Amino acid sequence: MAEPEPKAEGTEDQEIVLAELADEDLVKQMHDDLYDGLADEIVEGTRILLDRGWTAERVLNEALVEGMRIVGIDFRDGILFVPEVLLAANAMKAGMEVLRPLLAETGAQRIGTVVIGTVKGDIHDIGKNLVAMMLEGAGFEVIDLGINNAVESYLAAIEEHRPDILGMSALLTTTMPYMKVVIDTLVEKGIRDDLIVMVGGAPLNEEFGKAVGADAYCRDAAVAAETAQALVLARRAALAR
Amino acid sequence: MPELLEDEVTYRAAPEVRRPLLVLACGAIAREVLAVIRLNGWTHVEVRCLPGKLHNTPAEIARRVDGKLAEAEASGRYERVFVAYADCGTGGALDRVLERHGVERLPGDHCYGFFAGVDRWLAMHEAEPATFYLTDFLCRHFERLVIHGLRLDDHPELLPDYFGNYRRLVYLAQTDDPELVERARRAAERLGGLQFEHLRTGLGDLEPALERFAARSGDDALEGGDPP
Repeated sequence: MAEPEPKAEGTEDQEIVLAELADEDLVKQMHDDLYDGLADEIVEGTRILLDRGWTAERVLNEALVEGMRIVGIDFRDGILFVPEVLLAANAMKAGMEVLRPLLAETGAQRIGTVVIGTVKGDIHDIGKNLVAMMLEGAGFEVIDLGINNAVESYLAAIEEHRPDILGMSALLTTTMPYMKVVIDTLVEKGIRDDLIVMVGGAPLNEEFGKAVGADAYCRDAAVAAETAQALVLARRAALAR
Repeated sequence: MPELLEDEVTYRAAPEVRRPLLVLACGAIAREVLAVIRLNGWTHVEVRCLPGKLHNTPAEIARRVDGKLAEAEASGRYERVFVAYADCGTGGALDRVLERHGVERLPGDHCYGFFAGVDRWLAMHEAEPATFYLTDFLCRHFERLVIHGLRLDDHPELLPDYFGNYRRLVYLAQTDDPELVERARRAAERLGGLQFEHLRTGLGDLEPALERFAARSGDDALEGGDPP
């Protein structure tokens, strides 16, 4: 076994003072704090960056969303598990609480609107909540329908909010087929092509997404946010032609 | 000493059996699988268990089972193999692996399903989707698998994230053990005061599924005959 490297004198238990860090180091530290699920530190870092003149949008993108993207990668690779992701998400939420009113004030342009909900018979919403948070972070207005949604609930929300995207989530193999019920109903009503349909959930895969007629299956929240942006922009470009 | 929650554990067939049958089982149902085997006196059946903690990481199950099946095939030791898992949250990934190996598994989506009886469980779940289920194993290991496994011991503030939508806890009991019933009742309290129900299922669909597997001899299978 290798000998542990001797620590430099005075480096043990060194307290990091966020306010003393340069912007770049502070953002890196916030990525670490987000990774470790340290909500208080994220709130503090967010406030420091705002005090230094950063826009809320920049703090959101460079400190929070990027930090959560790193968390997403390590979750995908089996380095982090659900509890750690939840802690990180709660830390990001705490930072977003600070930013949300500022983002609303500045009237930052929304990329689009998403209606999202867990399907009928399924009450699991951890993944769906993460996706909703990352979509909000990516600049979408998110209408969260919560859990156990029947097709009527999706239809009513589509009618009311005219979203660019419908997102459906399921954790159970018994409930995931309900996504096809919803998509088939959209086809019957002649509104399937009016929106992008994205699906996700632990037991789903690419093949299932295609089989039920979704536009995209997303394996995690970070991918969902990136996919949502790309699909909305592509759709707009196609319509503009 | 290896334990069913954390480790791979093997229960050998009788030494005189030249080519045993293999049941590749989830550690979380090992006791029940062994109970069926002992009850029937099947000395020709060997049981190899994967760690019960995979219950918390279903994405790993198909890959781990695939590896064990490949190992079993390469060994040439077994006459036939059966997988004592349900779909277990793999979303069909386990079935794709089993199809490749030509191996069958237990019916249904979860251990709750085959213990309660697949149809009965589906009806129960439809009646109240906001239900958290415990089996004997999950009761016994509730602290380690649920409280510690989900880091609720360090972070009780995560409880609403995990269990905020649940209303009921049903303990699907394989045995009559008042201590486990009490543990299940306490678990319901611990998860935010869920309504508690206790349902004695016994071994449910597990027993007939294993009986069908163990009853077919190699010769029958070759001749395409039905089990006696």
